[in-house]
Amino acid sequence: MDQEVLELPQTARPGPAKEPGRTALARARSRRQWELGFETALEWLIRLCGISAILFVFGIFAFVLREGASFLFSSKFSLTQFLFSIEWYPTSMSNVRYGVLALIVGTGSVTILAMVIAVPFGLGAAIFLSEFCGGRLKETLKIVIELLAAIPSVVWGFIGISVMNPVIQTVFRVPVGLNVMNGATLLALMSVPIMVSIGEDALKAVPDSYREAALAMGATRWQTITRVLLPAAKNGLLAAVLLGVGRAVGETMAVLMATGHAVKIPHSVFDPVRTLTATIAAELGEASVGSSHYQVLFIIGILLFSITFVVNLSADLIVKGVRKG
Amino acid sequence: MDTPFCDDVQIRVKDLRIAFGNKEVLHGITFDVPKHEIFAIIGPAQSGKSSLLRCLNRTLEFVADARATGLVEIDGEDVRKVRSVYELRRKVGMVAPLPVGLPLSIYDNVAFAPRSAGLHDRQELDTLVQHCLEQAALWDEVKDRLDSLGTKLSGGQQQRLTIARALSHQPSILCLDEFSIAIDPVTTMRIEDVLKELRKEMTIILVTNLVQQARRLAQRTMFLWNGEIVEQGPSEKIFSEHPTSQKTYDYVHGILGNEASLKRGTQASSPIARKTFRPGRFESAAGAAHSSHCDARFKPVVRGFPCAQASVNEYQAR
Amino acid sequence: MFTETPFGKYKRRSELLARCVLGGMVAAMIIPLFLIVGYLVKEAWPLLSLNFLFTNPTGGMRHGGIWSALLGTLYLVTLSLLIAAPIGVMAAVYLNEYARDSWLTRVINLAVVNLAGVPSIVHALFGLGAFVLFAGMGRSILAASLTLAIMTMPVIIASTKEALSAVPLSFREACWNVGASRWQTIRGIVLPNSISGILTGVILQVSRTAGETAPIMFTGAVFFKKIEAGNPLAYSIWDQCMALSMHLFTITTQVTDAPHALPFATAVVLLATVLVVNTISIALRMYLRSRKRW
Repeated sequence: MDQEVLELPQTARPGPAKEPGRTALARARSRRQWELGFETALEWLIRLCGISAILFVFGIFAFVLREGASFLFSSKFSLTQFLFSIEWYPTSMSNVRYGVLALIVGTGSVTILAMVIAVPFGLGAAIFLSEFCGGRLKETLKIVIELLAAIPSVVWGFIGISVMNPVIQTVFRVPVGLNVMNGATLLALMSVPIMVSIGEDALKAVPDSYREAALAMGATRWQTITRVLLPAAKNGLLAAVLLGVGRAVGETMAVLMATGHAVKIPHSVFDPVRTLTATIAAELGEASVGSSHYQVLFIIGILLFSITFVVNLSADLIVKGVRKG
Repeated sequence: MDTPFCDDVQIRVKDLRIAFGNKEVLHGITFDVPKHEIFAIIGPAQSGKSSLLRCLNRTLEFVADARATGLVEIDGEDVRKVRSVYELRRKVGMVAPLPVGLPLSIYDNVAFAPRSAGLHDRQELDTLVQHCLEQAALWDEVKDRLDSLGTKLSGGQQQRLTIARALSHQPSILCLDEFSIAIDPVTTMRIEDVLKELRKEMTIILVTNLVQQARRLAQRTMFLWNGEIVEQGPSEKIFSEHPTSQKTYDYVHGILGNEASLKRGTQASSPIARKTFRPGRFESAAGAAHSSHCDARFKPVVRGFPCAQASVNEYQAR
Repeated sequence: MFTETPFGKYKRRSELLARCVLGGMVAAMIIPLFLIVGYLVKEAWPLLSLNFLFTNPTGGMRHGGIWSALLGTLYLVTLSLLIAAPIGVMAAVYLNEYARDSWLTRVINLAVVNLAGVPSIVHALFGLGAFVLFAGMGRSILAASLTLAIMTMPVIIASTKEALSAVPLSFREACWNVGASRWQTIRGIVLPNSISGILTGVILQVSRTAGETAPIMFTGAVFFKKIEAGNPLAYSIWDQCMALSMHLFTITTQVTDAPHALPFATAVVLLATVLVVNTISIALRMYLRSRKRW
């Protein structure tokens, strides 16, 4: 039956059409060795790029620390005075004091007010997009919100000065429109897109079975949202808020232009303040390189880096918890 | 069932253990695969059959927490000590359960492996592509549209394309991991014909859930259960009325895994089961479990493919 | 068919109320934005013209156009993306294709996330300390571009990783099974099918880079620099330059009695650039989504 095949030598393969392919592959082997060497080099380059991210983060911390280090570790610098004194007189001739408490309160007040405005609007928009919106309207709104996120902060600062300033002066009848309120409104408008997009992702991740179960029990849409969906998505929504906070704390140009220039603790939302970021931006140009004023500004930079590091780290951990669970 | 062509051993596996994390899936198995044979591995799901195949071409290394110990030798060479792991993978062709068409043209799909091996000559690639597609019984259907996208083919065509891709680097071993679960019975039979032809050129290892497929194609069969070899040997023995192990008989006849039968104990020796077992007649895509419920009330139909049923019967009659 | 029960009526009204309240919140964000943009354009209208784009600022920046700033921004954006995009894409390729699940990978991912959250002024401090002073580049386009590159890199890494992971694992496994190496798989299947997503992410960074002010304020952008009008090669990478975002800042805060329309016109040009680039990126993304190859 299969006699002719039984007689074949064990390693040879039958069929003339196979032969050209076999020898060609053998010839190709040597070219392949050369290509393998090139590939190994390329793979090492790729690995290097991968590790570069760590290098950059450490690099940022290291170089900022380097510039501020000598003053930071000198005897003239006291950490308690730095963090807890409201007297910021870096350019005084006689009595130089570096207390950033007023600046920290400035950053804090603007951020908190911004979150008070942004969180309801951001979460509300996220809920609207995810639950009440469908198809084209949703796509259009998402695009508009994405474009909102793209507006540069210097343009927001300009809007703060040219539009918000007169509006606040007329609506609230205050003499100065560059204040906490102005900065907070701008920061709110800047953080809302992040909150909406991550919040909407979090709500989308809640399985439809939850919604269907609530519907089956006769819940209204609002009850479903408040009692079922928000608790289920609370991790993702919390992460969204934290990322918004991170963005607000780190924002420089808009608050520089819109919050005024008073280094004081504000007594109302209509008082001007200065944030940590704005202080660095405003004073770095005037401080001479290497002076203690210059170094203190770098130390403020380290403070900012640490704050945003903690905020972003916690947001990331929470988001990872959401994605896994 | 043909007799084997020659007795040389192509693959030798000794005490292979595979574990995923803390859970051991294969508990030390040992077997040999002779050359130019179709070697079937049957057994229920989760018995480690796919991981075993992945050890052969060392793609188990890509799975995150998999560990394998033991010896696997191909042509006398330990697979862990080969000069080039890519050469090893070109020696072993692999066909996955779900058909995968790469998002390239059909020509590039089949030419991908030779090009990775360093072959760039257009003429030779043309010949090779045509030869592989002919061997995979796909040439006639696609010869006019070699430039169209591989992902747009039907499931059966994509599976044949995968086989053509596996053949394009001229392996000496072809591994098929449940190749027929996602394709229709007619294409399955065409591929089985292809495998019978390919046996002349290479060794074929067939992992399958379909007991009757193993019976049709394989010269030797190995039955894996819970990570251990229950029985291995010539197919005539395994699929006969008197295999070495009762478990083998039960599995082949679809009794194993049936709760009622496990409660009844050695129900397989009952005269009803023996009398009504007819080889291959009541095959369905869901597996051999039906073949035991063989009185007139339970005549299963190959669902949705009435014409295929006829051709299956006709095929069995050959 | 059924008469509406009181509960059904209550449900319908409650849903309508919720929809109106939440929709109103969305509108409250978006409508003022449109109004503001409209107001900006209206105020800027007298000065907007092609001439405005191509003439230099004169008369203490109270007259003339914004050519030098526009060109400076162009240089900064191009150079920073030329540096950031290759490194970022390769880092993402490493993280998605090569990296095993080890502590090192987790640290790298952490580093990328943190790099993305660093405030822009801290990037400015880093650029000042590392490139301007330590590396001795002085305030220059090169130093500013490097600072901007480090700022955009983590976002490029994140968006590239997302594009790469959209390619199904089964394709990669099919390639490994036929003896292709990791790089051959990447070059042959993964990259060609994710290049569109990668490109979208990079284009988005163009607009972000164009709008940033703080990182370039102390590393290479200046208040004023005189260059030849209409010459696209007027800057060298060791020069300091003007930039559109910096220009808007200086005109708004430091130039007194500028004509009313001038800062508005600068703002509108910057805003238009950013919005046009973003729209291109969004359109590209929507077009590519419709052309899926599997």
